[in-house]
Amino acid sequence: MMGNPDMVDVAASADRRDSLAARAEFVRERANWMRRRLLKMIVDAGQGHPGGDLSSADIVACLYFDILRIDPKVPAAPGRDRFVLSKGHCTGVLYTALAGRGFFPEAELDTYLKPESRLNGHPNRTYLPGIETNTGPLGHGLPVGVGVAVAGQIDEAGYRVFVLTGDGELQEGSMWEAAMFAGHRGLGNLTVIVDRNRLQQGARTEETNALEPLADKWRAFGWDVVEVDGHDHAALLAAFDDAAAARARPRVIIANTFKGQGVSFMRDQAGWHHGVPNAEQYAQAMAELEAEMSR
Amino acid sequence: MSAAAPAAAGTFDCRDAYVRAVEELAEGDDRIVAVVNDSVGSSKLGKFRDRFPARLINVGIAEQNMVGVGAGLANGGKIPFVSAASCFLSARALEQIKADCAYSQQNVKLCGISSGVAYGELGATHHSIEDIAWLRAIDKLTVIVPADPWETAAAVKAAAGHDGPVYIRISRMPVPALPRPEGATFAIGKAETLRDGGDVAIIANGTLVHRALDAAAALAAEGIAARVINMASVSPIDAEAIAAAAATGAIVTAEEGLAAGGLGGAVAEYCAEHHPVRVKRLGFPGFLPTGSPSWLMERYGLTAEGIAAAARDLVTAKSL
Repeated sequence: MMGNPDMVDVAASADRRDSLAARAEFVRERANWMRRRLLKMIVDAGQGHPGGDLSSADIVACLYFDILRIDPKVPAAPGRDRFVLSKGHCTGVLYTALAGRGFFPEAELDTYLKPESRLNGHPNRTYLPGIETNTGPLGHGLPVGVGVAVAGQIDEAGYRVFVLTGDGELQEGSMWEAAMFAGHRGLGNLTVIVDRNRLQQGARTEETNALEPLADKWRAFGWDVVEVDGHDHAALLAAFDDAAAARARPRVIIANTFKGQGVSFMRDQAGWHHGVPNAEQYAQAMAELEAEMSR
Repeated sequence: MSAAAPAAAGTFDCRDAYVRAVEELAEGDDRIVAVVNDSVGSSKLGKFRDRFPARLINVGIAEQNMVGVGAGLANGGKIPFVSAASCFLSARALEQIKADCAYSQQNVKLCGISSGVAYGELGATHHSIEDIAWLRAIDKLTVIVPADPWETAAAVKAAAGHDGPVYIRISRMPVPALPRPEGATFAIGKAETLRDGGDVAIIANGTLVHRALDAAAALAAEGIAARVINMASVSPIDAEAIAAAAATGAIVTAEEGLAAGGLGGAVAEYCAEHHPVRVKRLGFPGFLPTGSPSWLMERYGLTAEGIAAAARDLVTAKSL
């Protein structure tokens, strides 16, 4: 593999000399900030998808504040790592991460969902820097991520492609078309993270259209599989570090998570897929998150 | 199937011009790649594969993934020509065309092969007559329907030079080379006036353009001067050319597709709003009976005679 000549690595937050524990602690603070900030966005806007935002916050924080080689000053650098939010409705995590990394001013988060805001209900790459493709309908992000990985494979470029999918999203046939092809091509530069919160919009995945045995399905499609606690920052970082190693096969990280993680009354509740906390619930959520931060 | 019949002397299968143009582009630009759904043969991309093996990406029979992969390749700096039977490309992957290519403004070139009723007897599942109506409704997607080999090659090259998603219909039904002045050029959004005339205008594209010219010649013998416009670029459309056609007082549109929603729909919309004038749309009514491509074209009046008859009726109605 060639190096990554187009990229100036400015992921200053991710000094690889730091210990895993120090990196995990840094990401833990960032994920907590993202949770508080995205809940404020949802409360201010009067709508949003808090359940899936909160389940994926730790995954996205690890990527944006440690793993991804991206430069907010050169957001379209050809050699950048790519992150594709296949579960496009979880804009809370994406927008807070991009703002936190300086792709746009943090104050702009206050415009979330307001008329003509760049912060649409689903991500739009023509509105905001740092977004790779417009998602929203489920089943789109993985095929696009596979295409980027094929381009990187042809060019022997050094960039990596990360695709975050919901678990319910794996009921879309296009995800398996893409998974089959990624396995066939041996796309070692591709990592999928499944936000395995076991809940889809209306019910549990296993009651709706069962995904298990999920790891076996990916293995059968030619993927390396690792399962981690999707709220354990050190475990996630270790999995992502390992994903950086040269590989001959694509890799899926099944991140076992809880929808609504971090807020007791939202945790593992299908009812918070979308929904807005009232003033009292919001106060409680923020108090819980602040307490978690100071522990 | 009859579509596979060799082209008659003096006629051409536009797929040949398409692959030659893509190969020429690929020679000079290593960003050019081809993406197919097990359609190397039907897209005539065998030679491309032999010459540029690493740049032929065959996803197998998976159209949604094919178009998504095309969008991802564009994200990775490639200029992908996604080539598949237009019936499957446009219908099966419609949401990927909308979201991943057009809405995301990715630089993907979508090439609908064997469009219209090229697959004749295979039936409505394999006819691609809705594609233009569907795709011209998608914002920020360029839609081109070339009429002959020269225009096919020119459209492919224009698409490669255009930064944004493009759909090009590549006909398989044999067509003659159109007569063109020396130094003719192709431009996205620009119609080509192939014949001047003030009594009626025929606006056609694709396989109907040479039939429109034959119709105009027949009408001229009767003393009717028909203007013939090749409207290859359906989106963006050339409003000035439609206005000039409307000035004749009567317009016939002709296309190898649905009479509703496609080129005829676009012309009728424009005229109703800006230049109210009689517009007769020639095309197919919907799901079609079993028949060869040429039988279907005749059955629905998509012939020089059918176009001339429609034009004659409009000219007569004008003088009443």
